[in-house]
Amino acid sequence: MSTKPDRIIIRLEKVTRIYKVGVESIHALDGIDLQLRRNEYVAVMGPSGSGKSTLMNILGCLDRCTGGTYFLDGRDTTRLGAGGLARIRNTQIGFVFQSFELLGRSSALKNVEMPLIYSREGWWSRRKRAKKMLERVGLGDRIKHRPNQLSGGEKQRVAIARAMVCGPSILLADEPTGNLDSKTSEGILALFDQLHSEGQTIILVTHEESVARHASRIIRMTDGRIFSDMSFEQDRANRASLNGRFGEMSK
Amino acid sequence: MKAILAAPLLFLRLLYQSVYLALGQIWANKTRSVLTTIGIIIGVASVTSVIAALTGLKAKVLSDFESLGTNKIFIIPHWPRTGRFKHFSWRLYRFHPQQFEGLLERCPSVSDYTLMTERTRTIRYGVRSIDGARVYGINPSWHTIENRSVTVGRPFSLNDEQNGWQVCLITPSVRDQLRLDRNCTGKRIVVGERSFRIVGVVDKRVESGMFGQMGASEEVFIPFPTAWKLWDPWVYAIACCRKPGLSEEAKAELRFFLRQTRRLEPGDPDTFRMEVIEEYLKTFNRVAMGITAVAGGVVGISLLVGGVGIMNIMLVSVSERTREIGLRKAVGARPSAILLQFLVEAVVLCLFGGLVGAGVGQMLTTMIAKIPHANLQMAHIPLWALGISFGFAAAVGVFFGMFPAVKAARLDPIEALRHE
Ligand SMILES: Nc1ncnc2c1ncn2[C@@H]1O[C@H](COP(=O)(O)OP(=O)(O)OP(=O)(O)O)[C@@H](O)[C@H]1O
Ligand SMILES: [Mg+2]
Repeated sequence: MSTKPDRIIIRLEKVTRIYKVGVESIHALDGIDLQLRRNEYVAVMGPSGSGKSTLMNILGCLDRCTGGTYFLDGRDTTRLGAGGLARIRNTQIGFVFQSFELLGRSSALKNVEMPLIYSREGWWSRRKRAKKMLERVGLGDRIKHRPNQLSGGEKQRVAIARAMVCGPSILLADEPTGNLDSKTSEGILALFDQLHSEGQTIILVTHEESVARHASRIIRMTDGRIFSDMSFEQDRANRASLNGRFGEMSK
Repeated sequence: MKAILAAPLLFLRLLYQSVYLALGQIWANKTRSVLTTIGIIIGVASVTSVIAALTGLKAKVLSDFESLGTNKIFIIPHWPRTGRFKHFSWRLYRFHPQQFEGLLERCPSVSDYTLMTERTRTIRYGVRSIDGARVYGINPSWHTIENRSVTVGRPFSLNDEQNGWQVCLITPSVRDQLRLDRNCTGKRIVVGERSFRIVGVVDKRVESGMFGQMGASEEVFIPFPTAWKLWDPWVYAIACCRKPGLSEEAKAELRFFLRQTRRLEPGDPDTFRMEVIEEYLKTFNRVAMGITAVAGGVVGISLLVGGVGIMNIMLVSVSERTREIGLRKAVGARPSAILLQFLVEAVVLCLFGGLVGAGVGQMLTTMIAKIPHANLQMAHIPLWALGISFGFAAAVGVFFGMFPAVKAARLDPIEALRHE
């Protein structure tokens, strides 16, 4: 990859996502404009129902926006068909879920191998890459274990290995520590930090400031809109002053 | 060049990948997979064994027919109940020996013929007697046509025929029942009211399972002219084609010849009919094919039932694995890959069922062949039946697997991942 590190990798323009439930239409995303550079580490925050997961699904090409355009690596994904999106999900995107989503019957190795089945990867190199990836997330000695033989933190590590095994341009994680205790969460976040330091672009959704602290950029959402998007330091200062004012008002 | 190769290669890759996944899935659910395929196993086993049994039956009947002689033509007087023959007495349309004189010269496709007549008579030797023995009047050519060897003494000769001697051939069973010596030539036995001198013993007729009881095994043969003179009887003839397959020519020649010697006018119907075993054989073959097809088809319905079972389980599997499908899509499986995975799974299940079913069918066939007195010793599964039932099993897999597979391929990844 000879691309410049500050190259824009994600560009959203007026992206909307409208769910129709009966006659009602819910604006889960209501005109999102967003640009992301390579090797950024972004935390998306916001109250429940603000559209964080919806945004992640669209970024991960799991869902299509109902309006606006989404450029990934300079390519307009809204013009792609189901096959094209599948290819992007396979090669460009790694997705980590809150509930791990591992295949219960398969070993850690098989779980990590799975995305490679759908790319042009032979049996042997598949195993090799999956093994290497498991070692990278610190599970070199848990290759044969099944998900029910792994702890929560280990499961999420396997899931991260699976997301990373195809070498994605962005790693998306929707509340990756939501099902984990704070100690285990720190381990997972340390792993994210490590991946970030190795050049990985990461977007994660979280409710916890302690998790968001790891990111370099914080995006805050409400009602399907971005209301604040700044670097971690700016965000902290901003919040401090907000809190201060809020404290005065409450007095 | 690369572009031409790319499409099939891609498909092969996809197929390989699907087979890999499907086998993994089947292996992971061993018990269920086996239970699912029971319908197909039963279907294929019953189709193959029914076809095997019918094939055995057919082979048996054919070989029995063949033992009767396929190139024989039976010529039998026939009374047309119309036209000027309506009021004829049987004496007028029965065969007379002189109507057959010169037959061999005029009918080149016929290698030989014998006149035949038969009666049931009581046979006596001293105090011993056999009731209901079959007595035949035959020409010496009967020996070459029937191909039954004379084990003791000699066959009939032209001399016996021309002199109208009262000589006879007997079967071993007549000899044994009358307690005659092994070499009984020269002894006189009483057939009906007349005394006949034994000149030889002729082998019993070839036992054929199907037609074994066609006639008594107590047979006595006397020269045809003697029989004609004694009984003034009803006569038929057996002609023999020069080669198998010549029966049509032989029949045409015989018809032409007999119409002349029986002085039939051009518009008259035939006063005789001809029957060729070979023709029965052809008809039988057609009927047997029909029966086999119908029976196979009826039993084949059980394969459809098995297919419905497969579809049922595949549907269960799709809804059970909805999250997994969602996940696979999320990590980059195309709809076609999911479709092929489930389709291949259904087909592999069906083929596996077909394989086990064929094995069970072979076992059943072996058992069927051993049923005593059922005349099914020749039961075997023909290759085409194996091919058809395998092809059908695969088709059932594709047909009934398609719906669940399409359902899986159409799943929305997010919806699928939210599935409980
Ligand atoms: N499939 C759907 N059909 C209808 N409405 C939906 C659907 N999915 C989400 N929504 C609605 O869209 C809005 C945004 O949902 P989303 O899941 O993105 O919220 P979120 O920010 O991830 O919340 P949480 O922090 O609780 O996970 C919500 O109001 C939700 O009710
Ligand atoms: Mg959410």
